[in-house]
Amino acid sequence: MTHVTQAPLGMSPATLVPTQPVTLHINGQDRTLHIAPWTTLLDALREYLDLTGTKKGCDHGQCGACTVLVDGKHINSCLSLAVMQEGSEIQTIEGLGTEESLSPLQQAFIDHDAFQCGYCTPGQICSAQGLINEGKARTEAEVRELMSGNLCRCGAYSNILSAVMEVIEGQKPGAEGKIVMPEKEWSAGAAHQQMPPVAPPKK
Amino acid sequence: MNSFTFTQAAAVDAAVREKASHEGAAYIGGGTNLVDLMKENVARPTHLIGLKKLGLDTIENTPDGGLRLGALATNADTAYHPEVISRYPLLNQAILAGASPQLRNMATDGGNLMQRTRCYYFYDLATPCNKREPGTGCSAIGGYNRVCGILGTSDSCIATHPSDMCVALAALDTTVRVSGPNGERTIKFEDFHRLPGDHPERDNTLEPGELITGLDLPAKGFAQHFSYLKLRDRTSYAFALVSVAAALELDGNTIKDARLALGGVAHKAWRDKAAEALLVGQPATADTFRRVAAKVLENAKGYGENTFKIELAKRAIVRALKQATEMKATVDTNAYFQPSAFNS
Amino acid sequence: MNTDYIGKPTSRVDGPAKVTGTAKYAAEYNVPNMLYGYVVSSPIAKGKITKIDAAPVLALAGVQQVFSHENVPHFAIFDRSYQDEIAPGGSPFRPLYDAEIKFSLQPVALVVADTFELARYAASVLHIEYEEVAHETKLSQHIDDAYEPGKGKIGFQPPKSRGNFGKGWKEGVAHVEAQFSHHAQHHNPMENFATTVEWLGDKHLNIYDKTQGAFNSQLLVTKIFGLSKDRARVISKYTGGGFGSGLRPQYQLLLAVMASLELERSVRVSLTREQMFSFGHRPETLQHVALATAADGSLTGINHFAVAETSQFEDFTENVVGWSGMLYDCKNVALGYRLAKLDVYTPLDMRAPGAASGSIALEIAMDEMAYAAGLDPLEFRMRNYSDHDQAQDLPYSSKALRKCYHEGAAKFGWKQRTAAPGSMRDGNLLVGWGMGGGVWDATKLPASVRASLDADGHLTVSSGTNEIGTGTYTIMTQIAAESMGLPIEAVTFVLGDTELPESPLQGGSWTAASVGNSVVEACTKLGEALLKQTQKMDSPAFKGVKIDDVQFANGQMRLRSDSTQAMVLRDVVQASGEPRIEAENSTLLAKLAMLKPPKYSMHAHNAVFVEVKVDPDLMTVHVTRVVNAVAAGRILNPKTARSQVLGSVVWGLGMALMEESVMDHRFGRYMNHSLAEYHVPVNADIHAIDVVFVNEEDDKVNPLGIKGLGEVGMLGVAAAVANAIYHATGKRVRDMPITIDKLL
Ligand SMILES: Cc1cc2nc3c(=O)[nH]c(=O)nc-3n(C[C@H](O)[C@H](O)[C@H](O)COP(=O)(O)OP(=O)(O)OC[C@H]3O[C@@H](n4cnc5c(N)ncnc54)[C@H](O)[C@@H]3O)c2cc1C
Ligand code: SF4
Ligand code: FES
Ligand code: FES
Repeated sequence: MTHVTQAPLGMSPATLVPTQPVTLHINGQDRTLHIAPWTTLLDALREYLDLTGTKKGCDHGQCGACTVLVDGKHINSCLSLAVMQEGSEIQTIEGLGTEESLSPLQQAFIDHDAFQCGYCTPGQICSAQGLINEGKARTEAEVRELMSGNLCRCGAYSNILSAVMEVIEGQKPGAEGKIVMPEKEWSAGAAHQQMPPVAPPKK
Repeated sequence: MNSFTFTQAAAVDAAVREKASHEGAAYIGGGTNLVDLMKENVARPTHLIGLKKLGLDTIENTPDGGLRLGALATNADTAYHPEVISRYPLLNQAILAGASPQLRNMATDGGNLMQRTRCYYFYDLATPCNKREPGTGCSAIGGYNRVCGILGTSDSCIATHPSDMCVALAALDTTVRVSGPNGERTIKFEDFHRLPGDHPERDNTLEPGELITGLDLPAKGFAQHFSYLKLRDRTSYAFALVSVAAALELDGNTIKDARLALGGVAHKAWRDKAAEALLVGQPATADTFRRVAAKVLENAKGYGENTFKIELAKRAIVRALKQATEMKATVDTNAYFQPSAFNS
Repeated sequence: MNTDYIGKPTSRVDGPAKVTGTAKYAAEYNVPNMLYGYVVSSPIAKGKITKIDAAPVLALAGVQQVFSHENVPHFAIFDRSYQDEIAPGGSPFRPLYDAEIKFSLQPVALVVADTFELARYAASVLHIEYEEVAHETKLSQHIDDAYEPGKGKIGFQPPKSRGNFGKGWKEGVAHVEAQFSHHAQHHNPMENFATTVEWLGDKHLNIYDKTQGAFNSQLLVTKIFGLSKDRARVISKYTGGGFGSGLRPQYQLLLAVMASLELERSVRVSLTREQMFSFGHRPETLQHVALATAADGSLTGINHFAVAETSQFEDFTENVVGWSGMLYDCKNVALGYRLAKLDVYTPLDMRAPGAASGSIALEIAMDEMAYAAGLDPLEFRMRNYSDHDQAQDLPYSSKALRKCYHEGAAKFGWKQRTAAPGSMRDGNLLVGWGMGGGVWDATKLPASVRASLDADGHLTVSSGTNEIGTGTYTIMTQIAAESMGLPIEAVTFVLGDTELPESPLQGGSWTAASVGNSVVEACTKLGEALLKQTQKMDSPAFKGVKIDDVQFANGQMRLRSDSTQAMVLRDVVQASGEPRIEAENSTLLAKLAMLKPPKYSMHAHNAVFVEVKVDPDLMTVHVTRVVNAVAAGRILNPKTARSQVLGSVVWGLGMALMEESVMDHRFGRYMNHSLAEYHVPVNADIHAIDVVFVNEEDDKVNPLGIKGLGEVGMLGVAAAVANAIYHATGKRVRDMPITIDKLL
């Protein structure tokens, strides 16, 4: 028989740091909340601001469900502290579109059935939006790779790819509206060469 | 996660002072490793010092023809920086092989050096781990050590440093710039990370309170012949089982200069200068590469679950050197294939 | 207007809610004054808690309570109170019941505090002491003491052997005998398990639970806590993935309800991703398969034996080997299935439970047998096609597996395959083509559905089933709209609430058939009610008319004989003077039908073809093409159905190449308990996947002719990958997943 101690007494509770007002700029609005520094951006959104569209799948940067846009770039909100984001522009799924007025990505996700349970979906859409903002993903191969920070346990990947491709294609000059049929079967991606390196983002 | 206070430091010296004056304080860059470890109760700082406002997020040319990466530049901004793409494409490739776009948008270059091992036991308070709690023992030895190292290990720890970026930085002869209570200094990249020895709790040679301010890349970037090859359990968003950064300078088919570093195999990015020397003056052929690969792994030691890495590393070295020579991806570990030639 | 929706690729009706983030999952009901519970998990696999020192934690301002076996009342005493609808035989785990530790990561305490962060912190500093004793977690060491399970989970049939395998083995001219294995796997739906309990006063609770069956959660809560059903309303409008993990209520439900009742407050308990490795999982199995064939390639003997893990306290059973007695035609079949008790949590159904594991062994062995017999793997399967279910000795209600073989192979281009391993190349890369397939039950269970037409002409159809991503909202809306001849916008399907008519658990691929057919029945009942009301009105044309004489179209009820004779449905409701007219189906017949022995063998089938490309030096494997041909009766919605199969393929690839929960037997603990180290496929792993639904009409399986799709698409996928890898490399790997180290 072995004696095992969990949380040895040496690690006694310290005095707790009090809450402080923190103002976050979210979806175009200033929202002030009273939190201690230990509140992550994700928990601030979900537990304090009732913005539950942003999901928690792992809380450790391992799934992408919590993806939001900060200053236009997609990040994992579970690994960011809310206090670190004072002064940033935060955009969540709620800020991208509404049921009455869907964003092009949101519409494409519906058209292509790019989700099943829907739990990874806001994160997928925010990631795709981030990639589009940055202009880094242009080919199928790039989209596959660059959307790989978002797990989808339902396995909707091929439909996510076609949804994102449709929006990217639709943004290229000369592209007219919707061109990809939902039922379209995507062939395997274009050849990706290790070289040359990915070009710089469009500023 | 324990309770802590937070300040956003306004300048480097203020940050260093702040750190010195708070016991249990820690710097925080992007937070992608620190916040993770805090949630696991592996890291328990009582005060966090934000570095975002230090103005260290720039990437600039240096007078000697090199490039200085600010410690707070994000991994993404670094990888996609035009100077990095054109002059240090190896670094571009290595960074993009790591983590995910979201994480790279957050993670800082300084933080990347400082990230801790992904050894399963290090992360799990229910198991002994010398790195987490010195003296408790190493669970990975005799345990599930698939992710652990085969080179430079010790009886107290066989963990690896998980970074991809650092493998390229090691190959490129980077210099780490730090500021501390005793002023500024520079550390050669090869001296930055340590081997575990008897003190696996120490990952690197930073002195207490020191802050990484920048990374200096020398002028020579090996933009003509390079390869970063990463092998892992899935195509993306996974740590390396083995990775290789290879860079060559060729004169015809003769190797004039060579750099070779491995990731996923040791407590630090494993640069092998002896192997590099073996390459110089030799023809860039499979034969040469195999000889060198054997040399690099000569003293490798497997621990059961990870023994396959020895063979895998050899093959990866040969392939990476071949890719660097030919500048053609003969294997694509990122798996982007043409539709099958056999399609009916 | 055309209101024929069944079979159309309708976009998900819950799509807008899901893509905008307004769809609410269990942990997203932010009820006022809510407390947060955080679970403390055991660091040891077996032993006893000897001490809990809660005082320092309770001294923290904002910590409300620390619950453990020391202070949680024994709400219920008998095992039966803890048995949910599908509890296997045994004695279910009772969270915070006593000091005993039965498995690693067992919940040992619940810390409840004002905020999530505080509860998490307090949990991390809670001092607990244990006496650890030796545990047993290694299946391979317990093959000898494995036993044949008695009463397993409901519906489990011990596998039946037939003929004389020994004789068949001797008759064969070619033989294959091999051992197969795979580790435990965890479901890891993207949404972590969570329950929000809203305290409404006087022990009235609204329970927002992550589950695949609101009624199952309610059943357990009412039994354990002695609450009446009206006090324990369970709501589950969206479930962020189930795959079987939500078939049994998980312990956070009981902890959240307990805390709420004790503290008389609203409480939320969410599990962490690590804790998602603390309950049911696909059990590890060790399998042995022996096959023999005659000179003409017909199977003369099949032997399939499996040992699976279960917990010390319950006999979790699944059908691992039974499929081997029905997929192919063979007189001599010997099947065996045993369990070994280990110090782990009870395993749990996970997508295609049993079949996914069993089909790895059978379908790899079939490939080996084809090679041994000198036949193409497809040809070999065709020669052993089963036209009659020999396991049950019943005719099939329908079976279009042959079409799957033909259409799948044609789409894939299988004809061009050259048999020898390593004989196909794409430049430097080795190309391998492999196939597999399987069979899955088509089940229909009784389900209650209410259809209600209001005075605006809007139809609300409701049933307490679940939406776990399979498209329940959408297909039920389609069925209802078509049944009542209404535009789809005029129909709402409501689910996930125990105040709604009772529906079975969402699992086993039976929801579409069970609830779908009941929707038709309820709509028929509603039609009758509307006709009756019409006949009360001044409507001479409808006098004496029977329900079969009318049809519903365009928001009207019309005479089939004269479609100009029509009543607007809305007007009928308005004329009734009631706000709505509603009707519910009767489940009596369905329940009776379940008691009768079946007349047909009712099953869905698939055939899957896989291409891999393997680097000959580095041995990296990429699955570049998959064609999955599925025969599952009528397809209600090809768009959502295709997604089901796409997802199944991704699961199969994960199982083949990367998924495993690795146990360190020294600690009895799964060590890769995170999504960084428990690898599931990412987008970059997935290439072209073609889904083919072959035509399969079936008027016997159920009135709508549907068989369900949640599991069948996964069958044979992992084996097909393994077979393709063999074809590419000549390496036969029988231990899943096929990670790079096994190919070097
Ligand atoms: C799921 C996941 C997958 C990942 N996959 C990969 C991968 O495949 N390859 C890879 O290379 N990496 C990977 N990473 C790791 C990631 O790259 C690192 O977490 C990141 O680079 C750390 O940077 P940061 O700025 O976020 O560090 P932080 O988390 O902010 O800090 C990490 C440590 O560095 C210290 N620190 C930060 N900045 C400084 C400074 N300027 N001076 C001194 N100390 C400092 C902090 O005190 C802390 O101890 C992954 C991470 C996650 C979560
Ligand atoms: S290898 Fe190092 S980090 Fe891993 S358990 Fe051993 S001591 Fe800890
Ligand atoms: S919740 Fe943030 S990455 Fe999973
Ligand atoms: S839709 Fe369910 S996890 Fe992606």
